[in-house]
Amino acid sequence: MSNFNWYKYSSPATFYGLAGKMIPWFYGVAALLCVAGLYLGLFLAPTDFQQSDAYRIIFIHVPAAWMAMVIYVVMACWAALGLAFNTRLSFMMASALAPTGALMTFISLWTGALWGKPTWGAWWVWDARLTSELILFFLYLGFMALQAAIDDPRRADRAGALIALVGVVNVPIIYFSVRWWNTLHQGASVSVTKSPSMAAIMLAGMLVMALAAWMYAIAAALSRARSIILEREKNSQWVAQMVEGEA
Amino acid sequence: MNTLQIVIVLLRRELMLAMRRRGDVLTVLFFFVIVASLFPLGVGPDPKLLRLMGGGVVWVAALLAAMLSLGRLFASDHADGTLEQLILTPTPPVIWITGKILAHWLVSGVPLILVAPVLGVQFGLSNEALGVLVISLLLGTPVLSLIGAIGAALTLGLRGGGVLVSLLVLPLYIPVLIFGAGAVDGAMSGLGSEAHLSLLGGILILAFMLTPWAVSAALRISIE
Repeated sequence: MSNFNWYKYSSPATFYGLAGKMIPWFYGVAALLCVAGLYLGLFLAPTDFQQSDAYRIIFIHVPAAWMAMVIYVVMACWAALGLAFNTRLSFMMASALAPTGALMTFISLWTGALWGKPTWGAWWVWDARLTSELILFFLYLGFMALQAAIDDPRRADRAGALIALVGVVNVPIIYFSVRWWNTLHQGASVSVTKSPSMAAIMLAGMLVMALAAWMYAIAAALSRARSIILEREKNSQWVAQMVEGEA
Repeated sequence: MNTLQIVIVLLRRELMLAMRRRGDVLTVLFFFVIVASLFPLGVGPDPKLLRLMGGGVVWVAALLAAMLSLGRLFASDHADGTLEQLILTPTPPVIWITGKILAHWLVSGVPLILVAPVLGVQFGLSNEALGVLVISLLLGTPVLSLIGAIGAALTLGLRGGGVLVSLLVLPLYIPVLIFGAGAVDGAMSGLGSEAHLSLLGGILILAFMLTPWAVSAALRISIE
């Protein structure tokens, strides 16, 4: 293992094959974990005495919200790697992650609204967590819109990477400013921070679902990266050979 | 030429260009006034409500006006090739970028600060709150120019650049809006505005240190 050449897979051609082999596994594990997590969450976990069965949406909501944040940081890491080492694959991974991240943010906002209506009596409150999640969604949209507006892939990669880095520096500032803003304007006093102690089985279900979300995100990002590779390298030798081999 | 002289030469050039195109400056200023005047028409003339909203409305209008003026920052210099010449000069880009951003703030930020008290009076803000509004704008509008410069540099020469800038830059403006409007709110409610103003000052220092580097990287990406 010591003389294994990691750099081999920074070439899009070799990475394309590797990702192709890995994707079914990640999707498979994601599906298994998802079934297990949903079984834990929907059948085994007891009904909450305060929120009745409405709380069960956290098995989707919390993993999605976690992934939304994690993916932004991972995306910024790929962007930084790309700018530092000038590797095309890093940029491709960053742009492959963005749609999944935006999807996770959207799911967490949507399920949050579905949970808020029976529990708080409102689809939306200007709570600190909701607001910062919404801003995170805007940051994803900005990243994708910038990349979509630039035709030259090299410039699109680097411009996107820079805005991802600027965004990740700003995320903590935005998060804390929104939190202080919320505590000062405490009109509708809803506390999400004071969560009731959770039964172990609920926690287990949530963690399994979080793992499933990780696996799904990796698989989705890899398959999107494969499409990006094909699109960018369509004029290269190895793609032509691969297409001929399949035909 | 030392650093200070370079910045002064650049400032003089930018200000002269702005003076010869006074219409641009005035457009942004009137946009600011009109946006602020739309709010009472939208929510009704109740003085109590307007007094509560005043600080926030003026700040939102300032955000939008600052964003609108970003197109001017690099676009014309990019179109006539000045920007490439500036990049080719031996002066470190961070220096002339800081100069350009400073000039942009003088031309688009300072007029807003001068007009803001008038809008504040229209919303029935107290005298103390008017003072805080001006101070918060003094600390906050340079941040708007600094952060906005990153967006302007990244979208240089793109189709639909103006709309794109708003998507990139407005989420990043949110902390400035929160603390700026919060300071005015604090003055109105008697809670005090020192904490908000200190945080705004902190953001200004941070932005002043970091953004010129980001802008310089962004310009290199857009021009190469």
